[in-house]
Amino acid sequence: MTVADHYHLGDDAADVLREVGNIGAGHAATALSKLLHQSVEMQVPQVELIPFDEIADVVGGPESIVACVYLKVTGDLTGNMFLIQSLDSAKQLTGQILPDKMPVEVLDELELSALGEMGNILTASYLTSLTDFTKLKMYPSIPYISIDMAQAILTVGLLSDAPLGDYALVIHTTIHIISAMERAHIFLLPDPGEELVLLHALGVASE
Amino acid sequence: MIYKVGMADAKVARDGDSLRTLGLGSCVGVTLYDELTKIGGMAHIMLPTSNTDKEVNLAKFANTGVPLLLNMMLELGAAKARIKAKMAGGAQMFANAHGLEVIRVGPRNIEAVQEALGKLNIPIVASAVGGNYGRTIELDCQTGKLGIRTAQFGESVI
Repeated sequence: MTVADHYHLGDDAADVLREVGNIGAGHAATALSKLLHQSVEMQVPQVELIPFDEIADVVGGPESIVACVYLKVTGDLTGNMFLIQSLDSAKQLTGQILPDKMPVEVLDELELSALGEMGNILTASYLTSLTDFTKLKMYPSIPYISIDMAQAILTVGLLSDAPLGDYALVIHTTIHIISAMERAHIFLLPDPGEELVLLHALGVASE
Repeated sequence: MIYKVGMADAKVARDGDSLRTLGLGSCVGVTLYDELTKIGGMAHIMLPTSNTDKEVNLAKFANTGVPLLLNMMLELGAAKARIKAKMAGGAQMFANAHGLEVIRVGPRNIEAVQEALGKLNIPIVASAVGGNYGRTIELDCQTGKLGIRTAQFGESVI
């Protein structure tokens, strides 16, 4: 059974969704840059149908330990936002936000809170720009944080019994503060079928 | 040889082989083992029940994946009366997220797997479920022992 049997994403649709990622992540990167007065670099977004088993490979493999901020998205479009980075990267980022604080080996409560707030700000910028663009209302939940195996965490965005052949549509990009941070991944995973809502709103109704 | 069991996947193996699945979060890894023939099976369950009539991946759901795994064991020559189960996973990865429906899927998966095993009269001899951390598990078909690896709490064997 192949992906095409279940689901088809045309080139036009992929282009539009890539632009969605571009706008969203672009605004998120700008927000991060303004907040920290630092240059932030962003990669061209990718739109892919990824088998469940391979999603964690994007961030280093199923068992790689990552720091993740997760926000559930509800409203006209439902889905999942993830800000995922290595533990080192998360420490570098919180170090930028809390410059006067002594770094610790394990992220403490204050640093976790700062990390969550960072996820909040980036996601809010991302979604607000999408709402401006699509007129679809999207509401992020509060940020939820986990530091653990990548696959164990990412599963939360894959929990649907829609018969899509166990592939997920992933709009992802990476951003990083040029001087002081490894790449952080920003993922938007629309719930299965919800990408059609996006495509309709943008005038690319696929059959 | 170590066989990899993917997400929403089920596999069986014989003496000398192992079955492994990586990064269980809210998912439940359920294993079946026949001590005499040393046939083992593992399924990586993602959701409690299938709510659709459409063709789905049976291994993805507890109510369909557990019977599927049992049948695969029997086809390989295991005897139902000897089969015992172990299970691991079913975590809530985001500890503070009690209000969120998707977060509660871990405990619901645990219950659904227990229920499915109960219906088939398969005893659960060991389990390592719940908590808020991920697990990688490996079933050794020679011994029936289930190794569990975590990021925060080291390794254990049940």
